[in-house]
Amino acid sequence: MEFVPNIIFLLIFVFGVTFFARNIRRLRRNIKLGRSTNVNDNKSQRWKNMARIALGQTKMVVRPVAGVLHIIVYLGFIIINIEVLEIVLDGILGTHRLFAPLGTLYNVLIGSFEVLAFLVIIGIVIFWIRRNIVRLQRFIKPEMKGWPKQDANLILYFEVILMTLFLTMNAADLQLQQMGAAHYVEAGAFPISQFLSPLFEGVGMSALIAIERIAWWLHIIGILFFLNYLYYSKHLHILLAFPNTYYGNLKPKGEFTNLEAVTKEVRLMMDPSADPFAAPAADAPPPEKFGASDVMDLNWVQLLNAYTCTECGRCTSECPANQTGKKLSPRKIMMDTRDRLEAVGKNVESNKGEFKDDGKQLLGDYISHEELWACTSCNACVEACPVSIDPLSIIIEMRRYLVMEQSAAPSDLNNMMGNIENNGAPWPFNQMDRVNWVQES
Amino acid sequence: MANAITVPTMAQLFAEGKTPEVLFWVGCAGSFDDRAKKITKAFVKILNKAEVSFAVLGTEESCTGDPAKRAGNEFLFQMQAVTNIEVMNAYGIKKVVTACPHCFNTIKNEYPGLGGNYEVVHHTQFLKSLLDEGRIQLEGGSFKGKRITFHDPCYLGRANNVYEAPRDLIRKLDAELVEMKNCKKRGLCCGAGGAQMFKEPEKGDKDVNIERTEQALETKPEIIAAGCPFCNTMMTDGVKNKEKETEVAVMDIAELIATAEDL
Repeated sequence: MEFVPNIIFLLIFVFGVTFFARNIRRLRRNIKLGRSTNVNDNKSQRWKNMARIALGQTKMVVRPVAGVLHIIVYLGFIIINIEVLEIVLDGILGTHRLFAPLGTLYNVLIGSFEVLAFLVIIGIVIFWIRRNIVRLQRFIKPEMKGWPKQDANLILYFEVILMTLFLTMNAADLQLQQMGAAHYVEAGAFPISQFLSPLFEGVGMSALIAIERIAWWLHIIGILFFLNYLYYSKHLHILLAFPNTYYGNLKPKGEFTNLEAVTKEVRLMMDPSADPFAAPAADAPPPEKFGASDVMDLNWVQLLNAYTCTECGRCTSECPANQTGKKLSPRKIMMDTRDRLEAVGKNVESNKGEFKDDGKQLLGDYISHEELWACTSCNACVEACPVSIDPLSIIIEMRRYLVMEQSAAPSDLNNMMGNIENNGAPWPFNQMDRVNWVQES
Repeated sequence: MANAITVPTMAQLFAEGKTPEVLFWVGCAGSFDDRAKKITKAFVKILNKAEVSFAVLGTEESCTGDPAKRAGNEFLFQMQAVTNIEVMNAYGIKKVVTACPHCFNTIKNEYPGLGGNYEVVHHTQFLKSLLDEGRIQLEGGSFKGKRITFHDPCYLGRANNVYEAPRDLIRKLDAELVEMKNCKKRGLCCGAGGAQMFKEPEKGDKDVNIERTEQALETKPEIIAAGCPFCNTMMTDGVKNKEKETEVAVMDIAELIATAEDL
């Protein structure tokens, strides 16, 4: 009987981790639905970017208030996870405060976890106020209605609960240590939870043990639950920010990709010896689709971008189109891409690994033409993103599809393109008049 | 009366067996747009004064394909690019300067992948290097102490990280450089990029150029300096819309320098 808690713990732990692994596999499968892209270059620069942008949070502090608060919560999250290691080992081995023999170091560790937990709670309360009381513009845009808003708040509630459980567990532990309860070794420093002691005045030892145990179990079960919540939430960024910044664009932001499929066609047209009537080879692959109408036409880094987005809205608040009341919101482009990718992923799952046409696509059913044509390609969204997401590249891929596959450009743009084709300028001027300005006074 | 300008074409120089130091890529706006032509001439006057050996492609120049590419017409873009590259490579061009950030970005970043490899600089960078090499001297003159704010063109700033060359030139004019609330990396677009110049904006509650002009006017400038013919148009329209055209001038950096030098 004595090993029952250990076994229960092990079962819960293994279940939590297995379920998480299953979600990660789904994530990988969905991201791999994208086209291939070459991001194997310049590894040292990529590692540096990851260290600087994801680990170092350099782009977060562009907005100092949110940036500093985020760094506190982020540090709290990472450092308090050292404590989770002890909790897991305690759970499996049936020990209590396994790392206590570390002595002074242990006291410093537990003490700093407590201070961080307290700071995290303060940070989260401010975050909650910014979202729900101050109602910052970028948090109440149309795309944030419903689940995205709820998701954001749920994450905050979760974190507060976890931190509170952690501090409650320590407070009860401290009382028990002082009472000299069996198993409760005197270890750790409790700079924050000591102030909770008055709450436990007059509480008996068995009740205290119950409180400590319940807080301990709920805390670790909460962590495992939160781990598995990630896949269904915008909070995935805590994991994906790292690969996403690693695979982020290294080229000048103004450089758009040159479509290789088009280059082949253009070379053929420019080649005087090419036979325009030649039939394609019998085994030739079907011609590649130009641009993107659905998530499978995007490359896998763009899909990774979509899962990484935590819907902070910095892109949208910097977007000139959005600022002037147009429908375009770069954040919505990323959210739509993820929603569609999820739908496609579920479709693939329920059809034994094959995608069955569901009569829907990213273009039109999720993202409207109007949004796409409102973009000025100014790169403000790309610059604003703290985790190297590139909404502009998705917008351009979809414009390519609209123009090259569907000839569905706005008529003004068709005129402009007709002019370039006919006289080498976006306006109807004759190319032969290009140097007239020299003579004009 | 404007001083006469000398503008050789690559074809002329080629016939004489000469190769210029740099190709001046005029661009469509610089060639055809009445406002932008003034910028082109101002820049040429400085080149003439500094005795820079340059040439233009003239009738052999064609749109870089930038607006087509941003609109999604990769096909048209590549047709334009390949044709232009063929012409430039035939002349053995090594260095290109242009007063248009869109041409600058396209030739610098997107032509190499299609066989066009050149050293490409924006005219503000080129003017800065002329200054550093002592080939032009700059004194504030008429701009001394004037409040000038610089509007960062997206395709020069964020797209290619060029922020300082235009600002250095403004400072050299002994002018008071004032920054808008959104500048440099966080500069707000004028509203013309991504082929928006050639279409009506989508439905909204304001035009982007009005928003940007308001930001510029907040700095109480005497001059809004620009480095792009399209930004220039958008900001000029914005200033007119705000009925401030008698108090605030929109000028290209090249025009500032040409005026200061009394060219």
